[in-house]
Amino acid sequence: MADEGMTSWKSLALGCAMTEPGTARRFNTGDWRSRRRPITDREKCIKCGLCWIICPDMAYDPDPKAEGYYTWDSFYCKGCGICIAECPKQAISWIEEKEEDKYGPACGA
Amino acid sequence: MARRVGLEVSLACAEAVKLANADVVAAYPITPQTHIVEHLAELVADGHLDAEFIPVESEHSAMSACIGSSAAGARTFTSSASQGLALMHEMLYIASSMRLPIVMAVANRSLSGPISIWNDHSDVMGERDTGWIQYFCENGQEVLDLTLTAFKIAEDPRVLLPVMVNMDGFILTHVIEPILMPEQAEVDAWLPPYVPQLCLDPAKPISMGMVGVPEVYTEAKRAQVQAINDSYPIILEHWASFAKQFGRSYQPVESYRTEDAEAVFVSMGSLSETIMSAVDEMRAAGQKVGVVRIRLWRPFPVAEFTKAVAKAETLVVIDRNLTFGAPAGPVATEVRALLFSQGIQKYVANFEAGLGGRDVTRDQFKEMLAKAQKAKAAGQDMTCEMVGVKE
Ligand code: SF4
Ligand code: SF4
Repeated sequence: MADEGMTSWKSLALGCAMTEPGTARRFNTGDWRSRRRPITDREKCIKCGLCWIICPDMAYDPDPKAEGYYTWDSFYCKGCGICIAECPKQAISWIEEKEEDKYGPACGA
Repeated sequence: MARRVGLEVSLACAEAVKLANADVVAAYPITPQTHIVEHLAELVADGHLDAEFIPVESEHSAMSACIGSSAAGARTFTSSASQGLALMHEMLYIASSMRLPIVMAVANRSLSGPISIWNDHSDVMGERDTGWIQYFCENGQEVLDLTLTAFKIAEDPRVLLPVMVNMDGFILTHVIEPILMPEQAEVDAWLPPYVPQLCLDPAKPISMGMVGVPEVYTEAKRAQVQAINDSYPIILEHWASFAKQFGRSYQPVESYRTEDAEAVFVSMGSLSETIMSAVDEMRAAGQKVGVVRIRLWRPFPVAEFTKAVAKAETLVVIDRNLTFGAPAGPVATEVRALLFSQGIQKYVANFEAGLGGRDVTRDQFKEMLAKAQKAKAAGQDMTCEMVGVKE
């Protein structure tokens, strides 16, 4: 992967503006996660949607295949653990992940 | 044809903003700048200027509103001084880094404490490194002219930087001077409407004021450094085109009676006019002395300044502000570093004069020169010498 950080100062837009909308979608915050990730136990989940609302990096999305549940996106989850702390039913917990699994079932753009 | 009118200099500044047809004025009143925005509020309320006047609750908000309006493509003006300018501090960096061509008049005033509403350059020196183009006016006509040129310079697509027009509070802002007021049509012909290169437009969304992670911050700043350095020839170009259109010419460094001068004063702002009359008197008494006035402070006119002081052996640099615990005031520090970096040997004396509205007389300039020459002869450094302190 080319180092995205190495942009010449000459190629920056005026005032370091971002001239294309929606580029945050391409930002791999999942890269910040280390060693463990949240996993949801759907047996305990009451479909309240709190994890979906509070995740600061929008890693949860409504599951198109199972109404009321949420999918988790490895590309965006930065591993902060807020969903684990806030789930009213303790349905979310940590699971160890190996480095090679980290870019696992990603569905980010 | 221009008309000659008797006008308070603050009002002349506001009239320049009207002539420039500003779209947005966001400001908060503070002495000694208040008359500028007060008059602009009047002009807008009375329908003489078709602009949005945003009366904000603080200077921080004033600059924030200016950033928003400039980012949306509006020709934007504000004015401040002293504590108000200090309150804007963090937003000034945002304006320049976002490359927004905001024009601001600063009615230079000291900073508290003790509380002082009177003139010196402490306020602007605190904003020296904000990335704004900064220049100083010496009289009322310059305030009008240089406020007009500020829009032309700031909005040039090759520049796109905010411009700070400095004028000494009270000493300039509150006096009535005869001022040549150009015709609106003349200004319109010279100053086209602002055409932004990038602006906030829902039809074409962009993000301004981005996060700069460590991988990009240095590059963003590198681009900003280039922008202000590149603005230098454009500033000269627009001052030349102003001279062609309106007949009054401005240089980044102005010299007075320096041709054969052995000693020259170096100053900024309205003190320069007093020094010029002191120079006349000293010349009449047979002293070879002149004055070099720095008009453009940022970007600093390195080559022009070096050339202007080339022949003098002694420089007497006047700082109208203090730096605590430093080896010299900001202007003198700049001058010394500049000469040293070019391998030029000169005796640079440094005085701090005119603080907090204290008048500086012609006699005091004569005393400064005498003191500098005495210290030079004795091989002593003369620096941060406060003028007129009652012992
Ligand atoms: S917060 Fe917990 S209970 Fe609520 S939807 Fe998410 S996993 Fe289910
Ligand atoms: S750990 Fe943090 S980033 Fe990851 S899904 Fe939970 S709330 Fe979102």
